[in-house]
Amino acid sequence: MAKADFETPELQEYVEVPELVAGTMAHLSPFVAKPDHNTDLNFPGELVDDWHDKAIAKLDDLRSRFRSLQVYLDSCVKCGSCTDKCHYFLGTKDPKNMPVGRQDLLRKVYRRYFTFAGKYFPKLVGAEDLTRDTLDEWYSYYHQCSQCRRCSVFCPYGIDTAEISMAAREILDSIGYGQKYCNEIIAKVNKVGNNLGLPGAALADTLEGLEEDVEDETGVAVKYPLDVKGADILLVTPSADFFAEPHVDGLIGYGKVFHEAGVSWTISSYASEAANFGMFIGSYENMRRVSLRIRKAALDLGVKRIVFGECGHAWRVAYAFLNTLAGPFDFLDPNYPVPQHILEFTWDQIQKGNLKLDKSANDDKVLTFHDSCNVARATRMGNKPGGQLEIPRNVIKAVCNNFVDMHHETIGERTFCCGGGGGLLTDDLMEIRVKGALPRMTALKNVMEEEGVTHMAAICAICKSQFTKVLPYYGMDMDQIVSIHQLVSEAIILTGQNSGDEEDEEEEDEVEA
Amino acid sequence: MSLFFALLFIVATLVLVIGLTRKIIQYARTPAPLKIPTTPAPVTQAGVVLRMFREVVFFESLFKSTKWTWLFGWMFHLGLLLVLLRHLRYFTDPVWLPIQLIQPFGVYAGYAMVIGLVGLLVRRIFVDRVRYISAPSDFLWLAILIFIGFSGLMMKFVAHTDVVMVKEFFTGLMGFSFGTLPVDVPLIVHLLLVAVLMLLFPFSKLLHVPGLFFSPGRNQVDNPREKRHLAPWAKAMEEQKN
Repeated sequence: MAKADFETPELQEYVEVPELVAGTMAHLSPFVAKPDHNTDLNFPGELVDDWHDKAIAKLDDLRSRFRSLQVYLDSCVKCGSCTDKCHYFLGTKDPKNMPVGRQDLLRKVYRRYFTFAGKYFPKLVGAEDLTRDTLDEWYSYYHQCSQCRRCSVFCPYGIDTAEISMAAREILDSIGYGQKYCNEIIAKVNKVGNNLGLPGAALADTLEGLEEDVEDETGVAVKYPLDVKGADILLVTPSADFFAEPHVDGLIGYGKVFHEAGVSWTISSYASEAANFGMFIGSYENMRRVSLRIRKAALDLGVKRIVFGECGHAWRVAYAFLNTLAGPFDFLDPNYPVPQHILEFTWDQIQKGNLKLDKSANDDKVLTFHDSCNVARATRMGNKPGGQLEIPRNVIKAVCNNFVDMHHETIGERTFCCGGGGGLLTDDLMEIRVKGALPRMTALKNVMEEEGVTHMAAICAICKSQFTKVLPYYGMDMDQIVSIHQLVSEAIILTGQNSGDEEDEEEEDEVEA
Repeated sequence: MSLFFALLFIVATLVLVIGLTRKIIQYARTPAPLKIPTTPAPVTQAGVVLRMFREVVFFESLFKSTKWTWLFGWMFHLGLLLVLLRHLRYFTDPVWLPIQLIQPFGVYAGYAMVIGLVGLLVRRIFVDRVRYISAPSDFLWLAILIFIGFSGLMMKFVAHTDVVMVKEFFTGLMGFSFGTLPVDVPLIVHLLLVAVLMLLFPFSKLLHVPGLFFSPGRNQVDNPREKRHLAPWAKAMEEQKN
């Protein structure tokens, strides 16, 4: 793959809605899955001969099983509300990256084959036959959508392009035209238990290493247990947490919080992955298969609670779908939600005053927070709507003295995707990843210049990896991205911890009122 | 000609009612297998009703998005609602008091409706993004609605038609007795286009009307952890595999 054969957009004061330039991204498609990876997921290995009829039949099947798809295909009035909302459109100017432009790639085929107007007056309503070119166009543009749901916030009917993208990918998979990145990873989870293909022994090694590091640094024997039967809590976290920076610092933080809370916990080598790429490819069946690993791990280990680590799309599948896919979880402790987010756990401990925190440990930083798209727009934390936006900020403010939000139109429910979500976090899609990061990079740059922000916290493995890779393209530093639990880890003073070399232990406000 | 219109409106009404009912049944029967409300979302059914109310009455999401489209869209829809209510006087006898009371507003609403539609049309022509996503039918719908509104206003302000006769025709038609219509060009255009709209409603993007109520992004309660949500086909799949 040629490196950087595209131009990184220049950062301006704000992101202007560009004039359309048709076809700027038509050349970009991800690598196609190898036959093995497709068949592992119960899809045909290669593009089948009767793809045309199979694809139409699959579309028919999906619209009869998913109300969202049927209603969303019918309801769009082409009002244009979503047209300037997608980060990929803003970064590429390509009209097929406008949410409605992307939807219409599938909608025009739906209309042609399944509606009266499209059957008899195709030109009038913009209906088109399904051709081999359509298929390639689907493959290209439905892999330029991170399923971030920003468009759905602004649609007067709540039409969610993510639902359309998922359906399109499921259709492509069903005729043997799957994406390498997603399908290879799902196959790996099915075989090994996590996206990275880390076997149990490697995990044990890593966790042991972490225990040594933490003990060296603090003098406290914090455990990072693996496959411990009878533990209270099963921690399911994205496998990036096991080795990559800045992810692993987050995992260290989870362990410290559990340690101070005095609960027993464990990671499972069988279900050592929070992310569920089954969602990206829109496959209920594959999503369920991956989810059932978590159920089995919880049963085998005899835990009472399930807690998820920092991960965006993972938290969506966990929060919104896990009970559906792998429930009921009546064998777990009914006093706790299933599953819980690590931030819900930590915030609860902070409120109870169980954690001794020294905010000044993070005084070398001025923080801002990137709301992960799927956490913000597809999940909740805590009991109240919007907890998913408040709790992460509450925790940051409890462990840091300096926190500033980015522009209000780029956070909360309006947050911009990092640019790498939804199965796009692969080098063969680097161009769309860099260009799609433009709105977030702009907002970040602004708070750096105006408020002196030095670091951006995130709670998603994809966001963290994506920013680490993309920040340098925009002239910023990859180390500027941190986990929230990395900040917690810095601030937490473990019971019996060696006092720091340079500072006396001072009494600090433990809890934010 | 009166007979033609009588038959046309019978057919158009049937198509509208049956077509729309079939669509609504289709939407209602198609399961939503996963909880996908756009969050932050209400955690109670009452909250969902309130969210829907804001969406249906105020176009909340559109307001968040683009003020011009919201303004024109809302003017048009609110205008249309009042105009439709005002038109009930041609179908009921005696005319209900609330309908009598809104008569004067209904006239202003006619203007608001046409102004809103023209605003939407201008936007569709001149904003490159909206032009790009528009099919011929999208322009035609605006044209049909503008002509319906315009011909209606013509009858009110320029060339009065015999509304008493029109009322007799429609109240008669509702009892399947065929009367006669006045022969006025604005009236013929008006009625013809209204019939076209009724005929095409169930086969077009006007399905956004029932669609909104069935949109899982808006009508679902955000409670997946509290309550297990399982579609019938998913349940069947589970039982088969376990």
